[in-house]
Amino acid sequence: MKTTDDIIKMVDITKVYTGVDVGTTALKDIDLVVKKGEFLAITGRSGSGKSTLMHVVGLLDTPTSGTYFLNGTDVSKLGEDEQAFQRNKEIGFVFQSFNLLPKSSAVENVILPAIYAGTSPKERMEKAVELLTELGLEDHLNKRPNQMSGGQQQRVAIARALMNDPELILADEPTGNLDTHSGKDVMNTLKQLNKEGKTIVLITHEHDIAAQAKKILHLEDGMLVTK
Amino acid sequence: MNIQELLTLSLKAIWGNKLRSFLTTLGITIGVFAIIVLVSIGSGLQTYITNEISSLGSNVIFVMPGSSGGLGAILSNKLTIKNSQDMQRRLVSTGKVTPEIRQVETFKYKNVKDKGAFVLGVSSQYPEVVQVLKVTQGHFFTAGQESSGANVAVIGQTVKNKFFSNSNPLGKRIFLGTKLYTIVGVYGKLGSVAGIDEDNAAFISAEAAGSQYGITTVSRIDVAANTPELLPLVIKQINQTLSKTLTSDDYSIETADSLLTTISSITNALSLALGGIAGISLLVGGIGVANIMLVSVTERTKEIGLRKALGAKRNDILKQFLFEAVMLSVTGGVVGIALGMLVSVVIAILLVSTVTLWSVVLAFGFSVAVGIIFGMAPAIRASKLSPIDALRYE
Repeated sequence: MKTTDDIIKMVDITKVYTGVDVGTTALKDIDLVVKKGEFLAITGRSGSGKSTLMHVVGLLDTPTSGTYFLNGTDVSKLGEDEQAFQRNKEIGFVFQSFNLLPKSSAVENVILPAIYAGTSPKERMEKAVELLTELGLEDHLNKRPNQMSGGQQQRVAIARALMNDPELILADEPTGNLDTHSGKDVMNTLKQLNKEGKTIVLITHEHDIAAQAKKILHLEDGMLVTK
Repeated sequence: MNIQELLTLSLKAIWGNKLRSFLTTLGITIGVFAIIVLVSIGSGLQTYITNEISSLGSNVIFVMPGSSGGLGAILSNKLTIKNSQDMQRRLVSTGKVTPEIRQVETFKYKNVKDKGAFVLGVSSQYPEVVQVLKVTQGHFFTAGQESSGANVAVIGQTVKNKFFSNSNPLGKRIFLGTKLYTIVGVYGKLGSVAGIDEDNAAFISAEAAGSQYGITTVSRIDVAANTPELLPLVIKQINQTLSKTLTSDDYSIETADSLLTTISSITNALSLALGGIAGISLLVGGIGVANIMLVSVTERTKEIGLRKALGAKRNDILKQFLFEAVMLSVTGGVVGIALGMLVSVVIAILLVSTVTLWSVVLAFGFSVAVGIIFGMAPAIRASKLSPIDALRYE
């Protein structure tokens, strides 16, 4: 039984990239706690360590030192396959460039996380259709990404992020490739999901986007600064 | 991922690059096709020769010109009609003897001509040595006709049908080349051997053939011991007879058994060599699969990163790409087997060829193995990609 209210708890997280003769510190002594149901935005200029933080939070990268509890589980020292398992279960990703498989339909893209979770074909198909319908894409179920607008593609990506019912949605510049109108649309969807109880961590360099979150943290030279 | 999901996924990827997949599978198809066809021809040949030799019986001996396995027979053939006659006299109570001379000849009766027939010069004991030959009409020429130098012939079914259709050929005189021969018998159908019609021929005495063509040598002498138990004695008598005029380098003695051993070792080596050559083309096909899978992994780096980010484990990616390589290779293999069997059946009509189950199983096994072996390195490479690097890849 998980009894924690913290979906993310990071203590002294440091990430050093070892180069040929000198190491680069990308993250330095990060202490970060995100409570369930929060809507947090992390901002920072390029090179501030934003991407590294997002990779560490998203279990795509391992910290050099420090401890990281994801939904009560210590995930700081996991191997590649265990990381994959935790990612699949706990985190829904929304990327800047959507990252949909170009030759697969909307439904096929949405069911991907469920395939790796071992969900039965019938169950995952029903879930995918349900999610896409909720996001207003019921007429686009069998369309390929190139037959949809950017906003529609990002909504397919959001449906995919929700497929395994994770508590945490990690969105990396989700509006970066969208026009203002579609961007607003995606932000409204994220806000709605937050209202329904999902924890949202949004990484962005745009202040007006960050301003829509309930809490903003600023990253500078690999260190967190509260604004 | 279960097999069905892997199958759908790999078929989709293969179908998504039709031309490329087709060209890659073609490499495997050609390799497998070559294995099936060449092995079929090899084993067809072996079956045919084995049957021919066994049909002669275990009491048969062949006396060949030249030492065993040497080139003497081609360079200078010293085995003569006279040797055959001497042997016949020596073996009078132990066996039957016939020489064999073969010449392509033009047959002519009235105004009908056939340029592709051939004349076989043998002794009157031929039907007792080569027992598959059955005279169905009239009789084989006799020892008396042989020694008196009578120009008599025994013709095959093709000759009979061509020149005499429904009329009785016995007693008719036919030109075999420049000389006229009286037909005394017709022999039953022998069929075709490697495309040569054994029924488009006429048997005459070796002496008649020798004088007509101005030759004294024979291509071989066949001997049948009266009983298999007499075989050692017969071989001894042959050696005694021939050693009077020939050295041991001038001739060799083969029994049906020794011939079978020699020939099956030759055809086995042949099958192996043919299979080996085909194996090389399959190897080249496999390299093609490896190459295209490496390209595919590079092209789909981003897809691999995404799948990993969404929860795919190393093993999931490995299986996906390995399965795709095996599917490519097996598709090529199945098409190759089908084409190979089809062509082997067509070859069997013209020449000899037997599709063997083991070559089909082997070829299928090979194509699976090629897929696994050559797909492994690209699949491992794909499975080791880090999700961040792969996602960033453009």
